[in-house]
Amino acid sequence: MRLKPRAFEYVRARSLQDVFSVLDAHGDEAKILAGGQSLVPALNLRLAAPEIVVDVSAVEALSGITVVDDVLRIGAMSRYIEVATSDLVARHAPMIARAIPYIAHTAIRNRGTFGGSLCNADPASELPACALALKAVFNISSSAGERKIAASDFFLGTYTTALEPNEVLVSVEVPLTGPGSLFYFDEVARRQGDYAMAGLAARAEVRGGVLADARLVFFAVSDMPLAASAASALLEGKAPGSFDAEVVCEALAQTIVPLEDLTTSSATKLHLMKVLTRRALTDFAGKEA
Amino acid sequence: MTAPIIVTLTVNGEPVSQAVEPRLTLVDFLREAIGLKGTHVGCEHGVCGACTLRLDGVTVRGCLTLAVQCEGATVETIEGMTESGAMKDLQDEFVERNALQCGYCTPGMLMSAAELLERNAMPSREEIREQLSGNYCRCTGYQAIVDAIETTARKRGALGR
Repeated sequence: MRLKPRAFEYVRARSLQDVFSVLDAHGDEAKILAGGQSLVPALNLRLAAPEIVVDVSAVEALSGITVVDDVLRIGAMSRYIEVATSDLVARHAPMIARAIPYIAHTAIRNRGTFGGSLCNADPASELPACALALKAVFNISSSAGERKIAASDFFLGTYTTALEPNEVLVSVEVPLTGPGSLFYFDEVARRQGDYAMAGLAARAEVRGGVLADARLVFFAVSDMPLAASAASALLEGKAPGSFDAEVVCEALAQTIVPLEDLTTSSATKLHLMKVLTRRALTDFAGKEA
Repeated sequence: MTAPIIVTLTVNGEPVSQAVEPRLTLVDFLREAIGLKGTHVGCEHGVCGACTLRLDGVTVRGCLTLAVQCEGATVETIEGMTESGAMKDLQDEFVERNALQCGYCTPGMLMSAAELLERNAMPSREEIREQLSGNYCRCTGYQAIVDAIETTARKRGALGR
């Protein structure tokens, strides 16, 4: 069998203005091509069949990883490999550096992009959960102007985000990790690079010896990254090693019914969420010691 | 309008300029338009790794890259890497260890292995397996492939390369 995309028109954008003019003229018949590691398979399988594809890889405004005031700004076009090897990301958003090796395989990480993963909003993907756990803010542009969207308002469902058809994700801002910040990232997959069966992006701060601003965000268990707020609330104000992980796991079981997928039942996903939670809390307790 | 677009790139050191349909993938361009059939086509949606090649110095999936995206780019395929001798020792080790049976995955396997050894001169077997997770082999069970890569790394280390 040979796969061939349906014919489409191709535009190589040189500026955001070029991107806007394609999007304004074609609406949702246009698709943005960044790294292409999700779009091109969808084209090959004809799951996507846009009239026009606008390649944004040469748009300067989408590139670069910088620290601006108290945030780390990651350009949407930054490829996984750039993010994974960036000193700034390692220092200021170590959870993201930790998460990237879980994404697919080397040849795909050489090409796929940070912004592309977020805009694709696959419920099993790692970076949307990191963005939610880290309270990232998304900088969005269109010919009508610019706006900012919090990660908690950006993801709306499977492959669905708050982006309008005329809008482009330009960059993502992540608050700089501070002293006392704890994070944990892990996922369970059948093989390296496979879709996660369940994953966890967890962060908290230790202030005065107790946990504050704790967030447990799970992925591959719902139609979008899932903040486990009841379980996270149990961590607030407690010393990292001072509580029973089983109580937190019970809160997960009481408040969350994971969505099953083709290979993994809801009960298995809940079990894996508990496994990941125990690992995270053990890790946090160890760091306090 | 999906008119062909002229794309100019360097393939294995040779300048190439051709009009291509936007929907043509890089691997089909290499195989069908310029006749370099060393890069294989497997799943065509990025899973199997048979089409792994080098674009601007790093490995990519030839089936997940459009030829029109490669304007001004440098592409290296198994033909170019073989001719330059850049990984002759690795290729010899694959032969020595019988690290292939049908050979369909081998060009992509070599591309992935060569990149690993550039980034990590002495990878553990686990690291080798992690790297190969993006390249399917349906014949060998991988053991001989891991052996060949590990042996190449050791021999290079002994030679101080």
